[in-house]
Amino acid sequence: MPYDLRPVPFRGGGFAPKHLRFFGPATFLAVLAYWWIGTHLGWISPIAMPTPMEVARALIDMVQTGELWQHLGASLQRLLIGGAIGGISGVIVGFAIGLSSIARSTALPLVSALFPIPKIALLPLFIIWFGIGESSKYATIAFGVFSPMVIAAFGGVDGVDRNLIRMAQSFGIPTRDIIAKIVLPGALPALLSGVRIAASIGIILLTAAEMIGAQYGVGAMVLASGNLMQTDRLIAGVLILSALGLTVAFLIGCVEKTVLKWRG
Amino acid sequence: MDLIAEAIHHRYGDMTVLDSVSLTVKSGEIVAILGPSGCGKTTLLRLLGGLERPTSGRVSTSGDAPADSLNPLTYIFQDFALIPWRTVAENVRLPLEHHGMTSNERSRRVADALARVNLAEFANAYPRQLSGGMKQRVSIARALAVNPAIFLMDEPLSALDAQSRELLMDDLVRLWHETRFTAVYVTHNLAEAVRLGHRIVVLSRRPGRIRDVISIDVPLADRRDGHPELIAASARIWSLIRDEAANADRELADAL
Ligand SMILES: Nc1ncnc2c1ncn2[C@@H]1O[C@H](COP(=O)(O)OP(=O)(O)OP(=O)(O)O)[C@@H](O)[C@H]1O
Ligand SMILES: [Mg+2]
Repeated sequence: MPYDLRPVPFRGGGFAPKHLRFFGPATFLAVLAYWWIGTHLGWISPIAMPTPMEVARALIDMVQTGELWQHLGASLQRLLIGGAIGGISGVIVGFAIGLSSIARSTALPLVSALFPIPKIALLPLFIIWFGIGESSKYATIAFGVFSPMVIAAFGGVDGVDRNLIRMAQSFGIPTRDIIAKIVLPGALPALLSGVRIAASIGIILLTAAEMIGAQYGVGAMVLASGNLMQTDRLIAGVLILSALGLTVAFLIGCVEKTVLKWRG
Repeated sequence: MDLIAEAIHHRYGDMTVLDSVSLTVKSGEIVAILGPSGCGKTTLLRLLGGLERPTSGRVSTSGDAPADSLNPLTYIFQDFALIPWRTVAENVRLPLEHHGMTSNERSRRVADALARVNLAEFANAYPRQLSGGMKQRVSIARALAVNPAIFLMDEPLSALDAQSRELLMDDLVRLWHETRFTAVYVTHNLAEAVRLGHRIVVLSRRPGRIRDVISIDVPLADRRDGHPELIAASARIWSLIRDEAANADRELADAL
């Protein structure tokens, strides 16, 4: 054994953030505690921010009077119907762009031009077209969901391994079967991540549309509470929107897990 | 069924890839196509199976495929082309699904094909769970399931390690003895060509032209390392390849 042994210094490690349990809930508790102490000791003005208890009471109140379900029901209906119209038509147009030269040359420039328009700017136009009722809100949400779904769908189709398609052709598999069995499942991961983006855009537009003209809906409730300086109900509404977004993301995550099980 | 290519020319844009290639593949024979990288082997195979149209020339078949053949000209791809979201059995079933048959008949064909490549236990595995050699056996099973008249194989072993390659070559020899299938076997590996080819077509560099066709009469079962006739054939093919390489070097030197 030589006597000038020097240990080789460790230089690896790091750059691998892990998920630490309890830190997430602890962060929430810390924020809640700061809020609670701040409002009680008066660092935070009661006009700017209600206490956590007041918000909780407002929420419970809304549950008991059934007001919550009225608002949430109206919002969910708009999100689902508008999202379904925009999502389904977006996927169809996206597949057409992904599969046909004519659709790609005609529809793609159009969709690219529509994409950057902040869709809420079209709401006044939709109100003129469809009236102040539900249809104009469906249209706004559908329109907002449409372009990201088109882009996700045709990107997904473009990303499908052409070798698999040639393989299917070499076995004489008919084109519609190739679309159903290879193109559609191959594009599915891209479609699902498109749904994630589209859902968050949908919730933004939902809230905005409800603020412009609606009697019921979480967005309408938040706006009305603000006008009446009812910050407890306002914050409660914002929390409901956060929960809505998280629930949608969670559901998409579940679908991804079951549908993309083959990835391991 | 025989496969006949007559005076095939093929160009991509200004680049001629294949030049007057004529070739007949007789029923029951394995024709190996050997040539340097980029000489147009894959292109030739795609033309032979109708995945692409030649710029000029004609590809035809003669004679009938077996009555129960669902896809007379069937490819086996270098990259396996397995569908990652389908299990092994579902991959093998894919080319059967658009044919009218009872689901029993379909399952029987799938099970039969998997048994012939010794993958019966892996029917429910996903491709990512398999080794390269096993993946290629799945793709062979998928081809067997449609009972082809002619196999078109594009470097089926080149994505595999040396051991898997040896084992799979043995499998192919065994399968050939079972059914005497017809095959076009594209490779750039001299040893594979000599091991599996009844005839070996040596292509030149691009544009691919047929340099020579070498017949080897040794039965596939008797082809062991060190067999004198195989050594002679290898030497002959090797000298053709070396001439090509020397020409390439000379052209390069002239161009400088
Ligand atoms: N679709 C295509 N469009 C344009 N050029 C192509 C196309 N396919 C192949 N080529 C070109 O044609 C030539 C022959 O290609 P090919 O794939 O047939 O060669 P190969 O002999 O199979 O080569 P390798 O041993 O590398 O597989 C190459 O130069 C390639 O770049
Ligand atoms: Mg090739």
